[in-house]
Amino acid sequence: MTIASLTAPPIASPHAHGGNTVSRTMFRVQMALVPATLFGFWLYGWPSVFMWMLTMLSCLGFEALSLKLMGRTRIKATLLDGSALLTAWLLALTLPPWAPWWVAVVGGFIAIVIGKQVFGGVGQNVFNPAMVARVALLVSFPLPLTQWVMPLPMTSIAAPDFVQGLRIFLTSLPMPDAMASASLLGYTKTEMSRGIDLLQSLGGDHGALISWLGARSGSFGESASLLILGGGIYMLIAGIITWHTPVAVLAGLAIPAAIGHAVDPAHYLSASTHLLSGAAMLGAFFIATDYVTSPNTWAGQLVFGLGIGFLTWVIRSFGGYPEGMAFAVLLMNALTPVIDRFVKPRILGRDRKGKPLSIPEKEA
Amino acid sequence: MGFMNLFKHFLGNQILGNSWGVHPDDHKRPAADAAVRKLPIPPRLHLMLSQHVGAPSRPVVLVGQQVKKGELIAAAQGNISAPLHASTSGVISAIGEITAPHASGLTGMAISIDADGEDAWIETVVPADPFALSADEIAKRVAAAGVVGLGGATFPSSVKLNLGRRSNIDTLIMNGSECEPYLSCDDRLMRDKAASIVAGIRLMLISTGAKCAKVGIEDNKPEAIEAMREAAAGFPEIGIFPVPARYPMGSDRQLIVELTGREVPSDARAADVGVIVHNVGTAYAVQQAVCLGRPLVTRLMTLNGGAVAEPGNYEVPLGTLVSDLVAFAGGTRSEPAKLVMGGPMMGTILPHTRVPVIKGTSGILLLDAAEVAESEPDACIRCGSCVKACPMGLLPLEMSAHIRNDDMDGAVDLGLSDCIACGCCAYVCPSHIPLVQYFYHAKGDLYARERGKLRTEATKKLALQRQDRLAREAREKAEVAAKRKAEREAAAAAKAAAEAAAKEKQGESA
Repeated sequence: MTIASLTAPPIASPHAHGGNTVSRTMFRVQMALVPATLFGFWLYGWPSVFMWMLTMLSCLGFEALSLKLMGRTRIKATLLDGSALLTAWLLALTLPPWAPWWVAVVGGFIAIVIGKQVFGGVGQNVFNPAMVARVALLVSFPLPLTQWVMPLPMTSIAAPDFVQGLRIFLTSLPMPDAMASASLLGYTKTEMSRGIDLLQSLGGDHGALISWLGARSGSFGESASLLILGGGIYMLIAGIITWHTPVAVLAGLAIPAAIGHAVDPAHYLSASTHLLSGAAMLGAFFIATDYVTSPNTWAGQLVFGLGIGFLTWVIRSFGGYPEGMAFAVLLMNALTPVIDRFVKPRILGRDRKGKPLSIPEKEA
Repeated sequence: MGFMNLFKHFLGNQILGNSWGVHPDDHKRPAADAAVRKLPIPPRLHLMLSQHVGAPSRPVVLVGQQVKKGELIAAAQGNISAPLHASTSGVISAIGEITAPHASGLTGMAISIDADGEDAWIETVVPADPFALSADEIAKRVAAAGVVGLGGATFPSSVKLNLGRRSNIDTLIMNGSECEPYLSCDDRLMRDKAASIVAGIRLMLISTGAKCAKVGIEDNKPEAIEAMREAAAGFPEIGIFPVPARYPMGSDRQLIVELTGREVPSDARAADVGVIVHNVGTAYAVQQAVCLGRPLVTRLMTLNGGAVAEPGNYEVPLGTLVSDLVAFAGGTRSEPAKLVMGGPMMGTILPHTRVPVIKGTSGILLLDAAEVAESEPDACIRCGSCVKACPMGLLPLEMSAHIRNDDMDGAVDLGLSDCIACGCCAYVCPSHIPLVQYFYHAKGDLYARERGKLRTEATKKLALQRQDRLAREAREKAEVAAKRKAEREAAAAAKAAAEAAAKEKQGESA
């Protein structure tokens, strides 16, 4: 920057500040993730703890390395702003709970270096870094990324202890069949491909209650819809996010799902199943609401959210992958600049096109 | 009522996304609740010649001249200007430069008066019935008294009164919202001088030709609302309307929407939609000028901030140095980190305290380090807080991105010229980006570029004219030369012919 009055210490008003900071915002989002994370630890045991910790560490490490290589000043302040940690946290929540160590490291590299720093660092990336990493991992290493473990609460006898957990985490041995399980979306997709329709594969009640509480196989932090929803509502009340994006995502997913299910229940899952499965809740409240990669007007956010929800439903129902939230988010991230270009707030005193309002005729 | 308001608030903010503005801590009390204190006349006063919008006033006194309080010392010049009056009796000691109340610390011309301590008023002419005066006469008296907009805009009030009459306005909006934090001088004035303000409003109604007046007061000033309601009780044309406390409610375009539902087109003035906005402090000054014949020589202002020993409202003669005011108010409690004239949201910082109080000084703030909360700017995380806060519906984050890349045209396309510099965006920015500074920079740059363009055009025109002139001169020269040549040739030919004829004659004769 060469313009002196832009780099000089500010003399212009305002001389007061509301007190919000980047790190405060990031910290509060992380607080909203704590319940679901703790529940994940309890559900999936020590290997998930190691996976979460290493993802956090690797993201922080790659962030520090990138900043250093790019010759940035204020490395410590940027590291402490919490953006890399939040990316890491969100990535960890979407990984299989027993993912081996190298998934965490490679994931951290893709998220921070390729997903964020290559674009110029915080605020500059086009795509959600956590979703970039998740999709890149899924496409590159489909097997470890779809190995779901049965929930083995820490208190149960079968749960691995600390040392066993470390061994599972570091050696990436194939999981014993008895422990492996499929997520609901994965299971139904596989059965459908074998010609067994939903009415038979699900066999009546498939337990919305379990979905709410989360004692089922799935990604590390996604299974407990209730806890994610709780975190989301906390963020709404705290004013970190507005309702527009999450509601639009959930509506975009639920409306086509309800229609599809009503038309052909044998081939389309119900709206409640869609909403409570996979990354729907996490995506709606934590991923799609990412500041950097979503539109910055409320109307744009509605379009963006509806797009994510709808695409998720399309990919889940017709695509090759059982879960489509990550793909849908990335696709809509790409559209964000376009949405921002076309959806702008109306300027006071101007019409939607930016022309000044006409001066009213006066009765003399 | 309360429930409906809450519902409307929710509908506006949450459902429609119409959540403009911010809700800063107002810091108005205890200063607002302390009784007004009158500043004793300081030994020397400095009255800036340029303390209003428009042309600076022209001194009409000489150094060494004796003046009475209220005597004209500088006259208005031009259509938009205001006269200046001595704010105490004494001797004109200098007409020279003094540091202007501006962030730059540059100087401006001022008339200095050494007070004689008597504070003797000039003889004033008081009309028998001010409310029987004609609209034109009221405006004239307001103009002669040097009354300008006291909310801080300092636009000559009489010009606005006349404009209102010419453009057939129907509603006079009185701005008593005082939405800037820390400031409470309007609040105090409404509590103490409600009857005078109402009289001023009645005079302004006559002068503008408006049918009714709507006084908007933020609901964080219940005492002022009560006092004004009482004073206006007998006058059905004057309505007191509590408005939600929300910054910048006192910005004219926002207040007009709130009180009348009308939206001023971006290229038009308030008068074009049938309203005129005046500050309640101005109404008081109008009443003083018309009913008592007293020109504007003092004003009520707030001294506040964490570093001030005795925060409160003070009646201060114009031209008082800020240092005199601070000293009277018990000095400072701690080292002030920032010295601000006006409110914290839109005020300007002052280089030091040896600057004079002007007509537009609504307050002086001595902010301590905790209140200033300076922080190094981080990168924009596109959180959109600024978009939600902007009362004009702009995209501050996009505009600042364009300005950072020196793309001023891009910023203008996004509505830079509609920015009112209220500071909401920078106030909420979690990255502490000095957005308003960017916008000031861009506006300055655009202004300079506009000036440059005009200058280039003028130069080009001159150059073209010169070329034309040179070409014309050359052409004329050539024409003259050709003419001469033709004349010479014709003459030569005539001569030759004559000679030949003579020869022939000789030959014949021979």
